[in-house]
Amino acid sequence: MTEREFLQLALTVVLLGGLAIFLHVTRRHVLMLVFILAVVAGSVYYFTVAHSVLEYIRLGLDLRGGTRMVLQAYDTPEVAVTEEGLRAALGVIRERVDRLGVSEPNIYRVTDQPRIVVELAGVTEREALDIVSIANLEFRRHDGRVVVTGKDLRNAQAALSQANEPMVLLEFTPEGKRKFSEATTEVFNTPGCPGSAAPECRIDIYLDQDLVQSPVVQSPAIEDAQITGYANLQEAQRVATILNIGALPLHMQVEEVREISATLGQESVARSRVAVIIGLTAVVAYMLAYYRLLGLVASFALVVYMLLFLATLAGINAVLTLPGVAGIVLSLGMAVDANVIIFERIREELRTGKTFRAAMESGFIRGFTAILDGNVTTLIAAAVLFKFGTGPIRGFAVTLSIGVLASMVTAILFTRYLLRLLVRARLVRPGPLLGTGAAVPGRARS
Amino acid sequence: MTGPRSFVSRLDFIGTRRYWFLLSAILVGISLLALGGRGLNLGIDFTGGTSFAFTFDRPVTTGEVRAVLEGFDLGTSSVRVNLGDPREVFVKTRFLAPGEEDAVRRALEERVSPITDASTERVSALIGRELVLNALWAVALASVGIVAYLSYRFDFRFGVAAIVALIHDALVSMGLVSLIGIEVSAPFVAAILTIIGYSVNDTVIIFDRIRENLKHRRKESFAEVANRSVIETLPRSINTAVTTLLAVGAIYAFGGRTTQDFALTLLIGITLGAYSSIFVAGPLWVAWRERAERARRGPLQPAAR
Repeated sequence: MTEREFLQLALTVVLLGGLAIFLHVTRRHVLMLVFILAVVAGSVYYFTVAHSVLEYIRLGLDLRGGTRMVLQAYDTPEVAVTEEGLRAALGVIRERVDRLGVSEPNIYRVTDQPRIVVELAGVTEREALDIVSIANLEFRRHDGRVVVTGKDLRNAQAALSQANEPMVLLEFTPEGKRKFSEATTEVFNTPGCPGSAAPECRIDIYLDQDLVQSPVVQSPAIEDAQITGYANLQEAQRVATILNIGALPLHMQVEEVREISATLGQESVARSRVAVIIGLTAVVAYMLAYYRLLGLVASFALVVYMLLFLATLAGINAVLTLPGVAGIVLSLGMAVDANVIIFERIREELRTGKTFRAAMESGFIRGFTAILDGNVTTLIAAAVLFKFGTGPIRGFAVTLSIGVLASMVTAILFTRYLLRLLVRARLVRPGPLLGTGAAVPGRARS
Repeated sequence: MTGPRSFVSRLDFIGTRRYWFLLSAILVGISLLALGGRGLNLGIDFTGGTSFAFTFDRPVTTGEVRAVLEGFDLGTSSVRVNLGDPREVFVKTRFLAPGEEDAVRRALEERVSPITDASTERVSALIGRELVLNALWAVALASVGIVAYLSYRFDFRFGVAAIVALIHDALVSMGLVSLIGIEVSAPFVAAILTIIGYSVNDTVIIFDRIRENLKHRRKESFAEVANRSVIETLPRSINTAVTTLLAVGAIYAFGGRTTQDFALTLLIGITLGAYSSIFVAGPLWVAWRERAERARRGPLQPAAR
C-alpha cells in the first residue's frame, strides 16, 4: 500500500467513524440502518463484482494446481541425519526452487521430524521430483574409484562460453577442488589419453546408479571445472540441475507426492464458488421463510459474517484449501445457529407476554450461555485438528475456528445492534413479520 | 392453545427412551459388525499407494488401461472410468517409485492415447500409518477435552452423556460409511471431528436448557424437566440441523467429486448428531440421574420403575 492509499484509507475510516458517532449520538436510527446497509452492500459489491475476493486470499495447491511433496531424511552409513544437515538440505532445496522461478513456493520443516515439505504451485510432479531428487551424486573414474561426491560440489550452473558454446560450470568445495584437480590431472596424464575418447580418459558422473554423463577430460581442472559439448543451453541447464540435486547433503526419500493439475484446480474453484453461492442462498431462503424479518436480519448478519470471515482469512494470510472451502460452506449452516438460538429465545419470551424490546434483550442474555458452551466445544475439536492435522486438514481447522469466532461476533454483537436499531426506529412490531404471530394469537402484545 | 404447538408439547421423548435406546443399540451393533467385517474402504492416504486421475484425449475403457497396467505387474490395481466423462480414468495402485510411475504413464500414452491432464497422488506406507495414529489421537484427545470442558461447565454426568452420544454418532457414521463403501481419505478425519463437534454442540444446547430448567422447576422430576427442555429447544434443533444440512447438501451436490465423499459423511453425521442429542444424550442423562436418585433413597425404597 502506498502512503497516499494509506492516507485515503485512514481518512475514510475517520470520516465514517465520525459519521457513525454522529448518527449514534443523535439517535437517528433509520439513518444509521441505511448507513450500515450501504457499507455492507458496498463491501459486497467491491468483493464480488468489482474485484474477486480470491485476489486477496492465498489458494492451496488443490485449488490452483501444483505439486506437494513430503521428504524424509534417513541415516545412511556415510551420513547421519543431523539438525545442520536438515537445515542445509532445506537451504539447497529453497535455492533450487528459486532458480526455477516458482511463484510463492512453500518450503518448510516439519517440527520434531527429519522431514521437509515442499509445495510448488504450477509445477508438475516430474519437475518437482527433479528439484528434490533423492539422488546420490558421484563422479567416478573408469575403474569405479569415486573421485568426488555431491558433498564436494558446491554448485553447478549452465552458462555460455566465450565461444558461445553451452556448458556447465562446476564449483567445488576447497577439498572437492583438490580431489577433482588431482583426479583430472591423473586421468589427463594417462598414456594415450589427451585427445582420445577412450573410457579410461573420462570421468563418469552417476546419479544414484544412473549414468548422467561421462565427459572426456580435456585438461586438468586446476581451478573450477567446466563440462562442454551440449547441443543447447537447455540441455546444459538440465544437467546442471541434476548435478545440483546431487549436492543435497542428506539422503532423503519422497514419502508423499500430490500433483493436482491446474485444470482440476480451476474446476474445484469454479465448483466451490457454485457450492458457496447455493449454500448461502439455501440458508438465507430458509431463514427468511421461517423467521421473516428476523430472518432478514440473520441473513444480513450472515453476509457480514462472510465478509468478516474472508477478511480474517486474508488478514492472517491463511491458505484456503478445498476442505477449507467445505469448512466455509459448513460454517454458513452452523453460523446461523447462534441466531436461531437467540430468535427462539425471543419467541419464547414474547409468548410470556413481554414487549418485543424486552423479549429481545432477555433473548440475547439467556441464549448466550448455550452459544458460548456450544462453540467452545467446537473450538476444542478444531484445535485438536490443527495440532494433529497436516496440509489441507490444518486449513480446514483454521477455517472452522475462524468461522466459529466470526459467527459468534456477528450473531451476538452485530445482530443485536441491528435489532436494537430496528426497535428504536420503530420498524418492528410482533406479528407475522417476525414469524412469531401465527402460533401465539393475541398474546405477544402487551 | 391449539394447533401444532400443543401437539409438540405433548411429545414424550424421555418416557419412550427404551425404544430409542434400542434403536441406537441396533445402529451401533450394525455399525460394529460392518466395521469389524467389511471395515472401512481405506484410501491411499491411510494405506499408502498411488492414485492417478488421467484425462485422455479420447474416451477409453477400463480394459485398455488395465492391459497396459498388467505389463507392469499392476493387474490387480483398481481402474475406474468416469461415467460422466469416459476420457477420465482413475487408477489406484501400490506405492510406485518415481521411475516406475513415469514408465506407466509413458506406456499409457503410447499404447492407449495421449494424456491431456493428470493429477497424481503417491503416499508411502509410513505416512499412511502416521495418519491413522494421528487420527486416533485426535479423536481421543478431542473427546477428553470436550468431557473436561462440559464437566467444568455443567457436571460430570452431562459430560459423560454428551460423550456417549458423541461416540454413538462417530461410530454409526463410520459404520454407515463402511456399509455404503465410501472411500476414506484424509479429510474423513476432519469430517468425523466436525461431526463430533456438531454432535456435542447440539447436545450442549439441550443440556443448557436442562441446567436452566432445573433451577426454575424444582418440583418437576428429572424426566419432566428433560422432556420439557428437549421440546423447548426442538425448533432450534430442527432449524439448525436444516440450515447445516442445506449447506452441506450444497457441497455434496455441487462441490465436485473431491469433496463429495466428505460432504456425504457430514450429511450422515449431522443427521445423527441432531438425532442423538434428542434421543440419546438427554434420555441417558435422565436414566443416570434417576438411578443415582434411587440408590440414594436406599434399598428400602423399592424401585418404582
